[in-house]
Amino acid sequence: MVPRPYIVKRIRKDTVDTFTLELGPKDGRSHFSFAPGQFNMIYIYGVGEVPISICGEPSNSTLVHTTRAVGSVTKAMSKLRRGDIVGIRGPFGTSWPVEQARTRDVVVVAGGIGLPPLRPALYHLLAHRDAYGKVVLLYGTRTPDDILFKEELENWRARFDLEVFVTVDRGTPGWRGNVGVVTTLITKAGFDPTNTIAMIVGPEVMMRFTALELMKRGVKAEAIYVSMERNMKCGIGLCGHCQFGPLFTCKDGPVFRYDQIKDLLVKWEI
Amino acid sequence: METLERILSQHPFFKELGVDYMQLVTGCASNVRFEQDQFVFREGAEANQFYLIREGRVALQLFSPERGHITIETLGEGDILGWSWLIPPYSWHFDAKALDLTRAIALDGKCLRRKCEDDHHLGYELLKRFSHIMGQRLESTRLQLLDLYGVRS
Repeated sequence: MVPRPYIVKRIRKDTVDTFTLELGPKDGRSHFSFAPGQFNMIYIYGVGEVPISICGEPSNSTLVHTTRAVGSVTKAMSKLRRGDIVGIRGPFGTSWPVEQARTRDVVVVAGGIGLPPLRPALYHLLAHRDAYGKVVLLYGTRTPDDILFKEELENWRARFDLEVFVTVDRGTPGWRGNVGVVTTLITKAGFDPTNTIAMIVGPEVMMRFTALELMKRGVKAEAIYVSMERNMKCGIGLCGHCQFGPLFTCKDGPVFRYDQIKDLLVKWEI
Repeated sequence: METLERILSQHPFFKELGVDYMQLVTGCASNVRFEQDQFVFREGAEANQFYLIREGRVALQLFSPERGHITIETLGEGDILGWSWLIPPYSWHFDAKALDLTRAIALDGKCLRRKCEDDHHLGYELLKRFSHIMGQRLESTRLQLLDLYGVRS
C-alpha cells in the first residue's frame, strides 16, 4: 500500500479551524472511485498520515476532503498550498447503505465536523432522488460560525424534495435560526420511522443520544448506521490500532450498523 | 373546522388523558397569536399559562447587560412552552420571544392549578407529562453543556 501522489488543486478555509482540500492525481490519469462513507489515509510527507473521510461527489474526478486542523498532521495539511503534493492511500472501509435505503425515507444526522463524511451520501441520494422516500438532513453545530458548506445548505434548503434543519448549541447575536442540540430536531422532521434508514456522524456521545431519540420515535436499531473514528493507522485491519472490541474500525467500519456496536459504545474499557 | 378539544387531544402531550379530563383542559384553553419579535412572556412576570405551539418558532432568552439577549433554546411546532405556572413562585425565569409569526394554544395555568388541587389524579397526570418534558430539556441542556463539537484540549 504505497501512497499515490496527489497534487493540491485548491484549498479553501471553511471556518476558523476547518478547511477543504481538492486533490487531483499527480499523473493526471488515474481515476479514483469510492463509495459514500469511505475514507482515505492522507500522508503529509515528513509529518505523518491521517484518516480523513472523502466528502466530494462520488462521480467527480476531483478528490475532496474537509477536515479540522486539530493535530500535527491536520495543522500541517491546513498550511498546504496549491501545487503541493500529498500521498493518498485508499479508499478504505465500509460505506453508507444507500442501496438498502432505496424506496425508504432517509434521515441524515450530522453533528459538527460530521457533515463532510455524510456529504457523498447526500449527493448520491439527490442524484437518485426518485429512488428514495423523504430525505431529511438534521445538522447541529457549535455556533453559527461553525456551519459548514453554508451556500450548499441554502441550495439544499431551497429544494422541495429535501428537508433541511440546522441548529446550533450556542446562538450568537443576530442568529435567528434554531438553538438547541441536534437531537431536538428529530421530532420536527417528517419521516416514517417504520420505513426509515438513518445515517449519523458526529462525536460518539452525540451519535448515542441521536440513536436513542430515533429509537424513541420508532426507528429500529438495525435501520440506524453510524460512522466511527478510532485511531485508524494502517487502514486495512492489520496493525490493530483501531481495534473496537472484536472489530477493526478501519476494515469493519467506519460505517457500522448501530445494533452491531451499541453495546460496545457504552463500554469505556475498550 | 378543527375544535380546540380535537387539536389538544391529538397532541402527544395529552395522549390517553381521558375524555372527561380533555374537556376540563379544553375549558382552560384559547387560541393565541404572536407577531414576529413579540414577547410571549417576560422574565419575572407572573406565570399563569403554558403554550402548545401550533405554528412558528419561539426563542427562550435571557438578557445580560454585557451580551444582550442570549438565546438558550428555540421551540417550534408541536412543542410545549412554559412550566413555571406549575411550580411556585409561578413566575417566568426566561423571556420567550416569537421568532416568526407564531400561533399557539394557551392553557390557563391558574385555572388548571385549581383543577389539579381539586383532583389530584389530574394533577398527577399533568405532572407526569411535564416531568417527561423537563427530563428531555434537562438532557438537551446537559448535552449543550458538554460542548461536544469543541476542540478537545
